[in-house]
Amino acid sequence: MTMSDTTPLLQLRGITKTFGSVEALTDVDFEVRAGEVMALVGDNGAGKSTLIKCVAGTHAYDSGQILFEGREVSIHGPKDAARLGIEVVYQDLALCDNLDVVQNMYLGREVNRFQILNEAAMEHTTASTLKGLAVTTISSIRQPVATLSGGQRQSVAVAKAVQWNSKLVILDEPTAALGVAQTEQVLALVRRLGEQGLAVVIISHNLHDIFETADRITVLRLGRTVGIFERQTTSQQAVVEAITFGAPTKVSGIPSTYAPAPEVGGDG
Amino acid sequence: MTSADVVGPDGAKPLEGEDLPGGVAGLYQRAWFNLRTGNLGAVPIIVGLVVVVLLFKFTATNFFTSVNFVNLINESTGTAMLAFGVVFVLLLGEIDLSIGYNAGIGAVIVAELQLPGSGHQLNGLLAIVIAVAACAAIGAVQGSIVAFVGVPSFVVTLGGFLILQGVILNQLEQRGTIIIQDRWINYTDSYGFSPLGGWLIAAAISLIYPLSVMYKRWAARGTQIARVNLYGFAVRTLGAAVVAFGTVAIANHAKVIKTTLGLPLSGVIIIFFFILLTFLAKWTTFGRHVYAVGGNAEAARRAGINVPRIRVLVFTISGATAGLGGIMFASQVNSVALTFPPGNLLLNAIAAAVIGGVSLFGGRGEVRGALLGAILIGTLQNGLNTLSVSNGWIYIITGLVLLGAVTLDTVAVRLQARSGR
Repeated sequence: MTMSDTTPLLQLRGITKTFGSVEALTDVDFEVRAGEVMALVGDNGAGKSTLIKCVAGTHAYDSGQILFEGREVSIHGPKDAARLGIEVVYQDLALCDNLDVVQNMYLGREVNRFQILNEAAMEHTTASTLKGLAVTTISSIRQPVATLSGGQRQSVAVAKAVQWNSKLVILDEPTAALGVAQTEQVLALVRRLGEQGLAVVIISHNLHDIFETADRITVLRLGRTVGIFERQTTSQQAVVEAITFGAPTKVSGIPSTYAPAPEVGGDG
Repeated sequence: MTSADVVGPDGAKPLEGEDLPGGVAGLYQRAWFNLRTGNLGAVPIIVGLVVVVLLFKFTATNFFTSVNFVNLINESTGTAMLAFGVVFVLLLGEIDLSIGYNAGIGAVIVAELQLPGSGHQLNGLLAIVIAVAACAAIGAVQGSIVAFVGVPSFVVTLGGFLILQGVILNQLEQRGTIIIQDRWINYTDSYGFSPLGGWLIAAAISLIYPLSVMYKRWAARGTQIARVNLYGFAVRTLGAAVVAFGTVAIANHAKVIKTTLGLPLSGVIIIFFFILLTFLAKWTTFGRHVYAVGGNAEAARRAGINVPRIRVLVFTISGATAGLGGIMFASQVNSVALTFPPGNLLLNAIAAAVIGGVSLFGGRGEVRGALLGAILIGTLQNGLNTLSVSNGWIYIITGLVLLGAVTLDTVAVRLQARSGR
């Protein structure tokens, strides 16, 4: 790899996106490094989903730059994003309930020879991918996804996303529908992705989850970046304040880092 | 089979371990697991078939004869052929109401093309190919409207139903009936193999199942799909052989009584397409994509599957099987009449697939379901006919069986949802 450790894997500069007369994103900066879990938080309507969709290629942004591995890239559709190694796990997971785990992992990219499926190869790789991610609660990878728990489904969706040599995985509210034990299971998986050198972006409403997994936290408010926090040196309270009252960190185009107010107490 | 939702890389169960022991105990446990999760497979329909056969054996005098058995095969094959196409359409979660009259179109085209002295008389086999291609094209057009324009398949194929019915009416109104004299076309439903030919075919068919399983085991060495419960395998292999040889034995007995009978070619055609379409559904990328689109079309689309292409191809298959089934029906009576297709062909074909366990909600079901369902419906209607039950009661009983099967399917879906923790 030619890029240095400090070059972010993905860097967004001054992204602006309007829907008609509504400015959904205004001059947004965002970055995530390889091996880092970056949380993207903000209230409803802050622009989290819009920003993610710009990266995933589902929305076209109006202006701004996207740099991937230090080079400027243009993402015009989901296929461009996938080619760069960007995979998004949406909230609805996009799994086929009637197919088993292996079949879902290879959906649309089945290993075949003259259109005849090579089940053995697919099953072997699936088993080792899941093992590599320490997803061990699935008793049989040949059981239909319909019979899996919410946490297991989420794990399968994540494993499916990372299976294709992806470099950046974006998780949209991965724990929204899960119970306590299953949330822990998924958060552990998210941390493991970071440890394995992937860049991870996690969108969540749940600050507890974020402080459990994220290395850094980007806060959006009303379509603007209002702060980038190091998890180690900040508190949940500071993040909540940024979410609710944060002022834009960029005024008249001069980038600066959000200086948090003097803090009381340690990190969350 | 319980999998604890305990987190942690340590002390977790090995991934590949399906916790079912082998042997008879494993067979029992697997059956119980399938029952609990609503995965009933072919069990209810085979049980139903045995019950129906026994019922008619003791009540109807002319049912349990070898001649009637061969007739039964000939009657059921056309329905089974249409039902094969229905399976694929239902797997997508769509419906094709035009197959009844599309079958009629296939029969009319074949009848027209074989007509001696018409100026466009063709070889029978060529006529069959052209007719099936035309029916497939009709399916493709309807599928394109569904896939690209987004009109619901119910409406598109209802339109097709009326249009094709109109075409058949226009074509046959003046003449009433076209007699089919071409022997190739008539063979599709009425050719009977010699006793020796029958035995050879039975041997070949009984070898296909064990060979395919053994190939699968070999090709997928060391994976879960290669794990076959040996007792279950033995039972199924033996079952297939008993059915194949039993069928030929009865058919050969019928040939002694009436020399035109014997193992019918129509039955062999049906088994051929059964194997071909099962292979297509289960072993190919196309089949996998059909199940995926039926399970979650949006997920399939996001995974890069060309969903419209799958839809068009499935309706093409449905049209082709309808055409072929229609030709088989026409050859059964050696003619195409204004009353063709038999009034309840469409509903019988859909009912056969549904009774065979193909879900109307898409994504669940197998090709074999169409075969078993068609046999059950054929047996039921044949038996009731030999009992001289009125047509009204035949409809009522078929309807009740259909209702029972769909209820079972709905309960199965609910059980499966509940077993997902």
